[in-house]
Amino acid sequence: MVAESQPAFLETTVLVGLVVAAAVTLIAGYRVISGPTTPDRVVGLDTIGTNVVAIATLFAIQSDAGFFVDVALVLTIIGFISTIAVARYVTDGDIIE
Amino acid sequence: MTGTLQAAVVVVLVGIGLFFLVVGTVGLVRLPDVYNRMHATSKATTLGAASIFLASFAYFGPQGAGLVSLVGIVFLFLTAPTGAHMISRAAQRMGVDFVGDVTWPGGVGVDDPTGEGNGRDPEPEADD
Repeated sequence: MVAESQPAFLETTVLVGLVVAAAVTLIAGYRVISGPTTPDRVVGLDTIGTNVVAIATLFAIQSDAGFFVDVALVLTIIGFISTIAVARYVTDGDIIE
Repeated sequence: MTGTLQAAVVVVLVGIGLFFLVVGTVGLVRLPDVYNRMHATSKATTLGAASIFLASFAYFGPQGAGLVSLVGIVFLFLTAPTGAHMISRAAQRMGVDFVGDVTWPGGVGVDDPTGEGNGRDPEPEADD
């Protein structure tokens, strides 16, 4: 599915970027599992969300499919809403009053 | 369709973005408490993802998916600091302490609802 008109070094760089972003996401999972407090885990999940946004954008470049940028945009919004929801739940005990 | 110069710009932006993603995640794993970790991730990771969005803008051009990339940068810069602020307020309400002997500025009770942020006695109020 890779576009034939991409130069070879762009293809290589985007592939390396996908591998590095995936590895970084896995490393952020360590903080989610072993975070001492709940806000640590929320920060880790937020980081994973941002990394997945980067992965979706890199995949859009790699596969030359523009709609994966829309996927990244929606993931940004969902990550923000989930972060706000968890913060409100931890603070107030409920999300929607 | 993709020229060499355009591909070079995309490669540089992807490299910058990956650097910031790695820096943010190293900070997330290595720093000592939740406020420091938030400091690392909410800035560095946001800059990394925004740089990769910019690479997508340079790749797809100024219409269609490239324009969506610019909207994504705006959303990222609006939402990431707000989310980090909400998490830090939640951590403060839960009474998560700083590492070491760092205290909240302003003394007991000013910005510390748990009342145990620092070990000092409350400062006597100035009588006037």
